[in-house]
Amino acid sequence: MKIVVCIKQVPDTKGGVKFNPDGTLDRAAMLAIMNPDDKAGLEAALRIKEQNGAEVTVLTMGLPKADDVLREALAMGADNAILVTDRVLGGADTWATSTTIAGALRNIDYDLIITGRQAIDGDTAQVGPQIAEHLGLPVISYAEDIKIDGDSVIVKRQYEDRYHMLKAKMPCLITALSELNTPRYMTPGGIFDAYEKEVTVWGRADLKDVDDSNLGLKGSPTKIAKASDKVRKGAGEKVNLDPTESVNYIMSKLTEKHVI
Amino acid sequence: MDFSLDKKHEMARSLFKEFAETEVKPLAQETDETEAFPAETVAKMGKYGFLGIPVPKEYGGQGCDPLTYVMCVEELSKVCGTTGVIVSAHTSLCIDPIMTYGTEEQKQKYVPALAKGEKLGAFGLTEPGAGTDAQGCQTKAVLDGDEWVLNGSKCFITNGKVADVYIIIAVTSITEDKRGRKKKNFSAFIVEKGTPGFSFGTKEKKMGIRGSSTYELIFEDCRIPKDALLGPEGRGFPIAMHTLDGGRIGIAAQALGIAEGALERTIEYTKERKQFGRAIAAQQNTQFKLADMAARIDAAKFLVYRAAKAKETQKVYSVEAAKAKLFAAETAMAVTTECVQLFGGYGYIREYDVERMMRDAKITEIYEGTSEVQRMVISGALLK
Repeated sequence: MKIVVCIKQVPDTKGGVKFNPDGTLDRAAMLAIMNPDDKAGLEAALRIKEQNGAEVTVLTMGLPKADDVLREALAMGADNAILVTDRVLGGADTWATSTTIAGALRNIDYDLIITGRQAIDGDTAQVGPQIAEHLGLPVISYAEDIKIDGDSVIVKRQYEDRYHMLKAKMPCLITALSELNTPRYMTPGGIFDAYEKEVTVWGRADLKDVDDSNLGLKGSPTKIAKASDKVRKGAGEKVNLDPTESVNYIMSKLTEKHVI
Repeated sequence: MDFSLDKKHEMARSLFKEFAETEVKPLAQETDETEAFPAETVAKMGKYGFLGIPVPKEYGGQGCDPLTYVMCVEELSKVCGTTGVIVSAHTSLCIDPIMTYGTEEQKQKYVPALAKGEKLGAFGLTEPGAGTDAQGCQTKAVLDGDEWVLNGSKCFITNGKVADVYIIIAVTSITEDKRGRKKKNFSAFIVEKGTPGFSFGTKEKKMGIRGSSTYELIFEDCRIPKDALLGPEGRGFPIAMHTLDGGRIGIAAQALGIAEGALERTIEYTKERKQFGRAIAAQQNTQFKLADMAARIDAAKFLVYRAAKAKETQKVYSVEAAKAKLFAAETAMAVTTECVQLFGGYGYIREYDVERMMRDAKITEIYEGTSEVQRMVISGALLK
């Protein structure tokens, strides 16, 4: 069984957010981590590998420094890593990204593709399902449990007030929630091995069946009008009243603002 | 000469740091208060290979270098000195001598389980009457047929009761030199927990590293197989000294970590703590103290990392190890004392980490060779 896990290097929000003049994220200037949902997806793949036997390949599209998250994935136990990087792919929105990743995936065999639900930088949750659409695969999103059943997967899909149990025949694509599991740590020896392994690097020329008009910033239908750091809330109002008066005061404020 | 870490060492450090912050730090205060051995954390460390970092893969280890191991002890000790010494004693004092002096059979028998953390290791040299002066050792081993018979006791043994495999140094013969002076000859042995005649004495109540299991080991007609001898008979003393050279690098890393951890917390605190209307970090007295501590810690770090590199590349590294331990231990003590001072009254309260760190730091100047012993080693090499 072959599993491909799509992972993304995202800015560590603890390190602050920086933007390019065109409104896109300045990724080179920020500390970076593996996107949490993707990490849960990788952990799910590694557990399937342990229980059912599988070859796990991780794939990412990004700057050359995205090599770091691929090495991290290898150190956790992934078998192969592919980095898709090219200047012409930069500034991609979800459409151009999913087109690129689908173009890369057409080069390799897989039974199962796992992506994270969404990345903590864009929070769109679009790339996974779009990849499935490009490749003509069934997709099950928001997975909080994955089981392999012969040539099918049985997935518990999280819903707002319930969950769905869905079965799909492989090949298919699953998007994983970070609640799916607690990802393992790397091992020191795994890290040393990860730096001995070769990461396959692909550029634009290696993408299969994609059109230039669908790639990079130019191929992105999403246009960012404006991006800014989150607006800080005002200091708020502090009142020093006894409990009854405090409640009355808050009620009057809520009524005044038509909240209640 | 390159003072920067390569990518794999940087990643290893980030792993140890994440593990320490997530798994060890939340339990550090409780471990100190209750003096309970952190068994769950040790099991987790075993699972992730932290208990066999410098051990070759063919013996179940991680196949990393001494520097990686040192960074692990350092990062763990930044948040918990107890956890740091558990790893150090296990790796440097038990696995290392078996890997260095053991027969292939002994290595195959003991090292994989130790490196995977399925078993824990300890080392027994010190006795009530023999600390720095190892010639004072009384524990004896006498060959009786196919077995060695051990009698005596060892004290202050780290991982004492929780270990499964012990390296024990005992007197195996006494010879006289030309002038008629008696000299004890030592040998090293591998002793397993559960061997009849091997029991535990009292648990020591310590000032610091209170979660580490420090016990007296008692041997009463304890019979171990003839092949439990580690290295050649009569070579126990050099084996113990060489083992301690490696152990000192581990303790130096522990001391370094404690100093770094205390400084990190003090930097945060001095930025928040206000006196006379401004943060105490805005006062030059604080700034100069922080600067001195940071410079000293960096110096300690380079000595410790150099010693780790020396262990990897040199056959003998006693002086590098002694310098690293001497300087890092005295740095840990000086830095933690200063940190407590900067915390003021709060620094004296057990709720704050620096109080524990100051208590933990003290032992690094004492065990695995006191600072005075390190000075003897260093000056001995200078005056040779």
